[in-house]
Amino acid sequence: MALVLTEEQSMLRDSARGLISDKAPVSHLRSLRDSKDATGFSRELWKAFAEMGFSGLLVPENFGGSGLGCVEAGVVMEEIGRTLMPSPFLSTAVLAASALSRGGSEAQKSAHLPRIADGSLLAALAIDEGAKHRPLQTNLQAVRSGNGFKLNGAKALVVDGHTADLLIVAGRTGGVAGERGGLTLFLVDPKAKGVAIERTVMVDAHNAARIEFANVEVDADHVLGEVDQGAALLDGVLNIGRGAVASEMVGLSEEVFGRTVTYLKERKQFGKLIGEFQALQHRAAQLYIDIEITRAAVLKALQALDGDFERAGAAVAVAKARAGTTATLAVQEGVQMHGGMGMTDQFDIGFFMKRARVCQELFGDSNYHADQLARMKGY
Amino acid sequence: MSDLETFRRETRAWLEANCPPEMRRPMTSENDTYWGGRNAKFSSEPQRVWFERMRDKGWTVPDWPKEYGGGGLDRAEHKVLREEMSAIGARAPLSSFGIWMLGPALLKYGNEAQKKEHLPKIAAGLIRWCQGYSEPNAGSDLASLQTRAESDGDDYIITGQKIWTSYANYADWIFCLVRTDPAAKKHDGISFILFDMASKGVSTKPILLISGYSPFCETFFDNVRVPKSHVVGTVNRGWDVAKYLLQHERAMISGMGERGVGRPLGQVAADSVGADEQGRLEDTMLRSQISTFEVDEAALAAAAERAVDLAKAGQSHPAFSSAMKYYGTELNKRRHEILMSAGGIDALEWESERSRGGARPRAWLRTKANSIEGGTSEVMLGIVAKRILDLPGA
Ligand SMILES: Cc1cc2nc3c(=O)[nH]c(=O)nc-3n(C[C@H](O)[C@H](O)[C@H](O)COP(=O)(O)OP(=O)(O)OC[C@H]3O[C@@H](n4cnc5c(N)ncnc54)[C@H](O)[C@@H]3O)c2cc1C
Repeated sequence: MALVLTEEQSMLRDSARGLISDKAPVSHLRSLRDSKDATGFSRELWKAFAEMGFSGLLVPENFGGSGLGCVEAGVVMEEIGRTLMPSPFLSTAVLAASALSRGGSEAQKSAHLPRIADGSLLAALAIDEGAKHRPLQTNLQAVRSGNGFKLNGAKALVVDGHTADLLIVAGRTGGVAGERGGLTLFLVDPKAKGVAIERTVMVDAHNAARIEFANVEVDADHVLGEVDQGAALLDGVLNIGRGAVASEMVGLSEEVFGRTVTYLKERKQFGKLIGEFQALQHRAAQLYIDIEITRAAVLKALQALDGDFERAGAAVAVAKARAGTTATLAVQEGVQMHGGMGMTDQFDIGFFMKRARVCQELFGDSNYHADQLARMKGY
Repeated sequence: MSDLETFRRETRAWLEANCPPEMRRPMTSENDTYWGGRNAKFSSEPQRVWFERMRDKGWTVPDWPKEYGGGGLDRAEHKVLREEMSAIGARAPLSSFGIWMLGPALLKYGNEAQKKEHLPKIAAGLIRWCQGYSEPNAGSDLASLQTRAESDGDDYIITGQKIWTSYANYADWIFCLVRTDPAAKKHDGISFILFDMASKGVSTKPILLISGYSPFCETFFDNVRVPKSHVVGTVNRGWDVAKYLLQHERAMISGMGERGVGRPLGQVAADSVGADEQGRLEDTMLRSQISTFEVDEAALAAAAERAVDLAKAGQSHPAFSSAMKYYGTELNKRRHEILMSAGGIDALEWESERSRGGARPRAWLRTKANSIEGGTSEVMLGIVAKRILDLPGA
C-alpha cells in the first residue's frame, strides 16, 4: 500500500476540513471554555458529524456505519487537531466503536453500534487509575456477585466521562496489578447505583472526568469480550486510540507550525523580517522535517492497523512516541518564536500547547512507547 | 495469484539459489564493497559470483531500462526485489557513483549517444566514476567554482583544481563541473562534463582522513583536452544537471545507515553491558537512547518509503531530498555514537585482530562526514527554509 492518501481519503479530509474549519475554529473551543459550558462540546455539531457519517466511520455497515478503517479515522482526527475542536469523536466514534465491534456480542453490537453511528449514543473508555498510563496496572476490583460482578475502584482521565451514556470500564477479575491475565472489560451504565462522576476541568479545556465505582453491580451479559481475557482486546482498542491521537497531534503540530512560519514572514525586528535570521530558519526547517517524518510514521501505523492488526503494535508505538515529541517541540517552538505574543491568552497558540500536553499523556507518552518498543525488541 | 506475487516468489527462489551465504552477512570493512572499474579486483570468490549473477540479470541497476543494461523493473517490482534482498541480508552486488549519481543524471539529461556509451558500462561495473564538484574555495558555495574550460575548436581545455574527490585515485572517469563562461553570473556559466581520468594533464593526491582511510583526493587538471561532445545537457546550463544529481546523491547518503545495518543495537549493547533478570539492559540510560533512536529510525524508514510514493503520485517537492539528507545523516551519526557507547572500552581498539582492524571506531569516524559530504546539514536546512518554507532572505 502506498504511503499516501487515496483519492477517497483525500475527499474525506476535504469534507472534514470544510466542516471543522467552518463551524469549529479555535474560537469555538475558546468560547466553550470562557462560558464554562456544561457539556464542553457542541451537540449540534456532533449531529452534523453524524449526518456526514463521521460518527459511524468505524461502525460496520450492517450496524449502520460506513465500515471504514483507521486511516480514515486518522484523517478526521488530524482535522480535529488543526482547530482543537472538542467532540466525542475519539471517545465514542473511535474507542467505543472499535471496542464494541471488536469485542461485542451480537446483542451488544446491535444495542449500541447503530446508536453510535447515528450520533445518539455517547460513550467513554475508563482505563487509567494512576498518574501515568499503565493499562496493566489496572486495579479496579470486579468481584463475582450473583449473576454478575461488583465493581469497586476509581478511574482518572476518562475522556468525555461526564457526558457519556455508556462507560467501558477495565477491571480486574483476577491476577494482580501488572499482570496481563485477569483483566476484563465491562459495559457500565453511568447512571447505575454507586457510580460517581466528577467532571475534571482540564488544562486544555477538553472534557474529562474522574469516576468512582462503589459496589456497582454489573450484569454478566455486560462483560465485553471474555472474562479474564480482556488484555488483548484492550491492547487492540488502545492501539487504535493511539493511532488516532497521534493523528490529532500531527494535525496540531502542522497547524502550529504553519502559524509560526506565517509569523516569521510578518514580524519585523532590527529592520528585518525575523524569518531572515538563519538561527530561526534552521530551527523552522528542523521542525518541518520532524513533522514530515512523523506524518509518515503515523500513516504507516494507521495502515498497519487496517492491515496486519496483530503486528501493528510496533508501528503504533513508533507513531505515538514520535507524535508526542514532535507535537511538544512544535508548540514550544511556536510559543518561543512568537515572542511575548505567544504567552498571551488572547493569542490561540497557547491552546495548542495545552492540548499537546494532554495528547502526549493520553494512552502513553513518548517514554512509555519507546519503552514498549524496547520490550518488543527484547532489550 | 497476481503477477507481483509470482514475481516475488520467483525472486525469492532465485535469490535463495544464487546469493552465496557469504554475501548475506553484514559488511565489516571497506573490502566488502565491490566498486567495479578497469582495475577492479574481487576480494573473494563469492563476491565475484554474486556480482556476475546479478549483473547478468540487470540487477545491479534493477530499475534502469533493459536497453541500457538495467533490469527494466517497474517500481513495485523493484520494491519487491529490495524487500527480498533485505530479508536475507543480501549485500549490494556493486557500489558505484555511476549507479547512484551519474546514471540518473544521464537518464534525464544525456543525449542518446551518451546514454548508449556510458550507462551499460556503469551497469556492468566496467567503469568507475568519481565526482569533481568541490574546489578549495568552493565547498558549500559550490557555484563559485573556478576550474576553467576554454574553447579550442571541437575541444575544451580544462585547467584547475578539485578537492575532496572521493576515490579519484581509483576512478576511471570523472563527472565534473567546469566554468565555460567566466563572464556570466556564477550559476549561469557552469557546464557538466565527462572525461577519462587517464587523460593527459590529470593528477591526483590522496588526503588522509581521521578514520585512517584516505578515500579522497586533491585532483589537478593541467590543460586537459576534452571533446565538447562530452558536455551533458546544455553548455552553461550545467547547474541544472548538477542540482539534479545532488538530489540523488542526497537521497543516497540519507539511506546510508540502512545499507550498513548489522545486528540490532539492543543486542549489541546487551553483549557488552549485560542485562537484568527481565532481559532489560543494565545501563538504563543507554537503553533509553537506543529505544528513542529506534523510534526515530523506524519513522525515517516510513518517511523514505513515503517520499518514493509521493514522487510517484507527483506530490513531492524537489527540495525534499535535502530534508531526508539532513535527518538521515544526523540519525546515522547517532547510531554510531550509540554503537561506540555500547561497545565501551572494546570499541576503542584501533588495530587489534579482535576489533577487526578497528572496524567500529573507524566506521564511527566515517559517519561524521555524512553531515558534510553532498552538502552540509546547515546547507540542507537553508535549502528547506528557503525552497520549501519560503522564508525570506538570500
Ligand atoms: C567524506 C567526504 C566525501 C566527499 N566526496 C566528494 C566528492 O566525491 N566530490 C566532491 O566534489 N566533493 C566531495 N566532498 C566535498 C563536500 O561536498 C564538501 O566538503 C561540502 O560541500 C562542504 O564544503 P567545505 O568542506 O568546503 O565546507 P565549508 O563550505 O567551508 O563549510 C564549513 C562550515 O560552514 C558552514 N557553512 C557554510 N556555508 C554556510 C551557510 N550559508 N550557512 C550556514 N553555515 C554554512 C558549513 O555547514 C560548515 O559547517 C566530500 C566530502 C566528504 C567529507
